Amino acid sequence: MAVQPKKNEMPVQDAKVRARNFNEVALGYSPEIAVAEATRCLNCKNKPCVNGCPVNISIPEFITKVKEGDFEGAYAVISQSSSLPAVCGRVCPQETQCESKCTLGIKFEPVGIGRLERFVADWHNESGAVEMALPQSNGHRVAVVGSGPSGLTCAGDLAKKGYKVTVFEALHTAGGVLVYGIPEFRLPKSIVQKEVETLKKYGVDIETNVVIGKTITIDELFEDGYEAVFVGSGAGLPRFMGIPGESLKGVYSANEFLTRSNLMKAFKEDSQTPVLRGRNVAVVGGGNVAMDAARTALRLGADNVYIVYRRSMDELPARKEEVEHAQEEGVKFEILRNPVEIIGYNNPDDKRDLKNGSVAGMKVIKCELGAPDEKGRRRPVEIAGSEYVIDVDCVIMSIGTSPNPLIKNTTAGLNVNRHGGIIVEEDTGKTSKEGVYAGGDAVTGAATVILAMGAGKTAAKAIDEYLCKK
Amino acid sequence: MYKIVKKRVLNPTVTMMDIAAPLVAKKAQAGQFIILRVDEEGERIPLTVAGYDRAAGTVKIIFQVVGGTTMRLNAKKEGDYITDFVGPLGCATKTDGIKKVCIVGGGVGCAIALPVAQRFKELGCEVHSIIGFRNKDLLILEEEFKACSDKLTIMTDDGSYGRQGVVTAPLKEAIEAGEKFDEVITIGPLIMMKFVVATTKPYGVPTTVSMNPIMIDGTGMCGGCRLTVGGQTKFACVDGPDFNGFEVDFDEAMSRASAYAEFERREREACCNLFKSEVK
Repeated sequence: MAVQPKKNEMPVQDAKVRARNFNEVALGYSPEIAVAEATRCLNCKNKPCVNGCPVNISIPEFITKVKEGDFEGAYAVISQSSSLPAVCGRVCPQETQCESKCTLGIKFEPVGIGRLERFVADWHNESGAVEMALPQSNGHRVAVVGSGPSGLTCAGDLAKKGYKVTVFEALHTAGGVLVYGIPEFRLPKSIVQKEVETLKKYGVDIETNVVIGKTITIDELFEDGYEAVFVGSGAGLPRFMGIPGESLKGVYSANEFLTRSNLMKAFKEDSQTPVLRGRNVAVVGGGNVAMDAARTALRLGADNVYIVYRRSMDELPARKEEVEHAQEEGVKFEILRNPVEIIGYNNPDDKRDLKNGSVAGMKVIKCELGAPDEKGRRRPVEIAGSEYVIDVDCVIMSIGTSPNPLIKNTTAGLNVNRHGGIIVEEDTGKTSKEGVYAGGDAVTGAATVILAMGAGKTAAKAIDEYLCKK
Repeated sequence: MYKIVKKRVLNPTVTMMDIAAPLVAKKAQAGQFIILRVDEEGERIPLTVAGYDRAAGTVKIIFQVVGGTTMRLNAKKEGDYITDFVGPLGCATKTDGIKKVCIVGGGVGCAIALPVAQRFKELGCEVHSIIGFRNKDLLILEEEFKACSDKLTIMTDDGSYGRQGVVTAPLKEAIEAGEKFDEVITIGPLIMMKFVVATTKPYGVPTTVSMNPIMIDGTGMCGGCRLTVGGQTKFACVDGPDFNGFEVDFDEAMSRASAYAEFERREREACCNLFKSEVK
């Protein structure tokens, strides 16, 4: 039988409808479509896809189970390697990882590995009948700092090996960027909640409202009897451009805008936390976070949302799928533009006018692409005299973050690089401090969920080896 | 869940609570803050630590009932619980090298100024306190300030208690009379702190201000609490909340503080109506 050249389409909500609601965009495969997609896998001998996965899921093995209709069996295969399959199936950039290595992809479209992973995880979560075997406790205690993707992965892997793991979370809800950053329409919070509940079943304790570095220091964790610590404290303070007007009312960092909407539920009409619902919104930056912010602004009722990015469409760092979704929903791309000033509203006749000091526009300058920089990306060059003003009342800066300073400032012997990222051995996540491991954005600066998970996994393995030797 | 161990009404709009939070109580220092949520749907609000009892494991907060969240908090009784209470956050007030200090508090800001004054007293410093209120009914913590101040001046806007006038008047008099303060520390409404700084600057008396901007996470993640200090962007939650008063851009801070004024007004009304209907 000839192979179907294209992936089975992912059913999605209609673009016009979804641009105004917070329900999940992608609806997921049905069992029939999942089996059909699984049938496309060639089950090739050298399995290049497995190496493309930062957590090395046995991809052909789980796909074979799907083909056979044994969805729980498929889940068991995935969960050997991944603690958060329902999350990864949704937010991993598969097109640059497993799917980019797929043998079928040489001639045709690769197998929809991400879509199948999501299907399997959702199937398991919805049926939920099968009880997982609980590991035998080995009596060793490990502390994990932060309940984002790296922390949850590290905690899950260690718990499955029998460690008694406590995860400390600074916010009031577990999940880290999965709950404060990634919007509901891309990753429903009920799914994160389920994944966290699964970890709890494995015996992982989650302590919310504890800021490591403030409430308890790393040294105190060791005094309390923890034998190793994994630091996955995530990205820290947002960067701003340093242009005039960034302190005006209506200028947000993407972190703040998304935290208000996602974690604090400001997207709901009766929320106690406010968020400015701009009519015309500019999002500065071109990454996945920028796409999330832009699409959130649309759903909050904006008439116009612009992505303002200084390079061209080809250089956008966001996933292609996210960019396409944003375009379908009506986000406009102001590419080759760089902001130079955010203009404030000022009523000279009424100093008490509450609109004073809020955003009234953003001046941008046109750019063209020049010579490539050290990373090979063509550098934007401003075109003198090409400034003009975009009519906006809200600006969201999405140009990256620097690592959180709290742990670095309170932990003697923990070395950080000049950006403030914790320095680790790449193969182990081991830091300069005995018994302390780290991974995720706290080490790399802003990166992806799956890379953070990979780091959590690497560290879990190294912590196990370290404590076995001890 | 965090238990409200004690509740005391200080004046018609200001309430004090002791919250059971042993981990926070163990570490809290004067000048730091906590973040709380009253209930599951609540917003996160920062409140500066107004005291702590390490042995009892409680942290004291004092808040003015100004909006929806503080109304909900104020509706809680002794023995009730609040959902979230995290801290201590921010940096403690610096005390190094200070022998003689003037603490200038305004309104509910005096609640936060008190532990700072007490800390300096403990360290053996000479403490002058100037505290100001709109009128006698709003006066709080007089006895507590008396106990930790070598000199206490109370000001009211309308002269109904203490001296009539604003806090900057006795501050200026003291400096001109030759009082050599190593530091002036001021905590209160932005406009008051702005004028305190304007008063001390010509004399070059180092002045620390305690900033309380709008915050969400309070842990150095969202950037909502940013201020311009000495021309640079600073984050009150991790770099502050204390800053060199001479460098803070107060006009910008005041503008940013009004960002949600309209929303806050609606919340307050909605909350008032809610509590009214409960009374019926």
